[in-house]
Amino acid sequence: MDSDLNLKATELRLGLPGTIDAISPPKNSKRSSPDSDSATPPPKAQIVGWPPVRSYRKNNLAEAESGSFVKVSMDGAPYLRKIDLKVYNGYVELLEGLEKMFKLTIGEYSEREGYKGSEYAPAYEDKDGDLMLVGDVPWEMFKSSCKRLRIMKASDARGLGCAV
Amino acid sequence: MAYSFPEEVLEHVFSFLSLARDRNAVSLVCKSWYEIERWCRHRIFVGNCYAVSPEIVIRRFPELRAVEMKGKPHFADFNLVPEGWGAYAYPWIAAMAEAYPFLEEIKLKRMVVTDESLELISKSYKNFKVLVLTSCEGFTTDGLASIAANCRHLRELDLRESEVEDLSGHWLSHFPDSCTSLVSLNMSCLGSEVSFSSLERLVARSPNLRTLRLNRAVPLEKLANLVRHAPQLVELGTGAYSSEIRSDTFSSLADAFSACKQLKALSGFWDVVPSYLPAVYSVCSGITSLNLSYAAIPSSDLVKLISQCQNLQRLWVLDYIEDSGLEALAASCKDLQELRVFPSDPFGAEPNVSLTEQGLVSVSEGCPKLESVLYFCRQMSNAALIAIARNRPNFIRFRLCIIEPQAADYLTLEPLDAGFGAIVENCKELRRLSMSGLLTDRVFKYIGTHAKKLEMLSIAFAGESDLGLHHVLSGCDSLRKLEIRDCPFGDKAVLANAAKLDTMRSLWMSSCSVSFGACKLLAQKMPRLNVEVIDERGPPDSRPESCVVERVYVYRTVASRQRLDMPDFVWTLDEDSSMRYS
Repeated sequence: MDSDLNLKATELRLGLPGTIDAISPPKNSKRSSPDSDSATPPPKAQIVGWPPVRSYRKNNLAEAESGSFVKVSMDGAPYLRKIDLKVYNGYVELLEGLEKMFKLTIGEYSEREGYKGSEYAPAYEDKDGDLMLVGDVPWEMFKSSCKRLRIMKASDARGLGCAV
Repeated sequence: MAYSFPEEVLEHVFSFLSLARDRNAVSLVCKSWYEIERWCRHRIFVGNCYAVSPEIVIRRFPELRAVEMKGKPHFADFNLVPEGWGAYAYPWIAAMAEAYPFLEEIKLKRMVVTDESLELISKSYKNFKVLVLTSCEGFTTDGLASIAANCRHLRELDLRESEVEDLSGHWLSHFPDSCTSLVSLNMSCLGSEVSFSSLERLVARSPNLRTLRLNRAVPLEKLANLVRHAPQLVELGTGAYSSEIRSDTFSSLADAFSACKQLKALSGFWDVVPSYLPAVYSVCSGITSLNLSYAAIPSSDLVKLISQCQNLQRLWVLDYIEDSGLEALAASCKDLQELRVFPSDPFGAEPNVSLTEQGLVSVSEGCPKLESVLYFCRQMSNAALIAIARNRPNFIRFRLCIIEPQAADYLTLEPLDAGFGAIVENCKELRRLSMSGLLTDRVFKYIGTHAKKLEMLSIAFAGESDLGLHHVLSGCDSLRKLEIRDCPFGDKAVLANAAKLDTMRSLWMSSCSVSFGACKLLAQKMPRLNVEVIDERGPPDSRPESCVVERVYVYRTVASRQRLDMPDFVWTLDEDSSMRYS
């Protein structure tokens, strides 16, 4: 079980997730051979100002992309948090991350009963604006349709199919 | 003189000349024409705020009513110009406040504008009408509040893509009830929510409103109310285009749009929910400009929308449109003149959409009027570029960004010299070119030989030697702006073509091979050029002269070469080539 919460994902930063600013490459790198396509390309160190997309546009895109950073609210908490869905590989990691971030337990998911045995149930707002229970759809579909997360008190989540 | 026209007659004749170029020509005829012309020039454009000083402008043109000015070099858009470099609007605003009490228009691009400047504008010009701030920064919504409160006859407030410190949305409520003169309001770059009732009342009492660009915080449910108050709108930028799917919201929106018989341009569409797009279908046949570049819309929904817009002339869109969408565009929009395709995931290692060179080829084939292109993609071939060039010899702007630097022709693994060569050879009217991909000195030879009308050239990670730069500087007769980054171009080409730089607005070179010694020599040779060394490693003379500078920005100027607002990382060289820094 992966117990390591990816702190970098929740760190306050300027700039797009997953980028590391680096100085521009040496000016004599002219005839380097084109990058060979490898099965898993290593994360790239980003070149300053490349590709030439204006910061205004970059900032707007970061929010337009579906399934990237989403706001997470918890009923009763004074302020919201933001997480990057891209860093999680599945529901297990996501829920663990939420548990760590908000210091609570979420419990076991089952299709029939929702989240059993906990005070809280994770819900999300999808593209159509509807409030949905986390876990019903395949992970990839969830990532692309989730607009924001809401950790609800299980008593409020009864309508979403949660057994308390 | 056998005869001479009275001054008033000449002035009347000159009043028909609107182009600065024509007025400049007129001023050169003789001294009396120069005098007459300068007193009746009302509008100027200053392409580089450091090319001239406020004092010089004011001395020559005492009766200006409209000033348009640009500050930072274009590469500032991509963070290549360090923060604090310059381009402050305040000295200009302050000087003009005294000299031109009847000034009506100020349009600034890439300049630093403070709240102080905005307040000064709002209080100094009784008849102020137009404020356009494109890609500017340095001000907050407090400055906007001054403008709203004090400019009684304001017609245009346009904050195109400026970076505004958004303290609150309260500024909009400062427009007095008596303000009914608004023609254009563009607040799309602001984050905060404005009071909706203030906004609604403002729109309702502005019968001349033609352009309204809302910000993301204006919810879709409220859009219909606003549009209903302004059926005369020609350009509309929506706020967030997402909402719970409800049939009453939809029909209300669709009805409101159908009343807008003059609507020609649409933009905004943040957070778009595709099911709401059909609400605009009733206006699509009249739409000539569509900016969907902030809208994550899947290709199929894009196609449905675009195929209704048969009169489309300009399309800005994200690469979600994919090759298939561009093919559909090519089939439906025969009037298309400008296409910009932006990357939805510019920093991703792998392509996230199926957009390749094929999309651009399709559009170049299907759209006979296409003349201006900005295209981001991940692969390109010489064959495609040659086909595009042959299809569209009428290109005037061609900007291609292949996301991977120095990417070769993906089919042959060769450089893309032949492809870009075909572009400049076929497109004889080309005025602007941005290149990318793997390029040798050969492409610059083609450019120098063929691109005779080229005015602006942007180069990155290209070329092999000074010969490349030399081809461009010696061959491109119409070149005004040249910007280069990360290319092995150095002293020889720059010094050999020093005289050319006097005929251009500016040259920018960063991460190239120009030495400090060459910068000094250039400054010595060319007294009317300002050679700015922009280097964050400390004074250039603390290193050997042969040391390469991080950045050099060369521009012609009639103002003093020592601008007084230089930060500590900019050095400029005086006539005796001693270094000065303020």
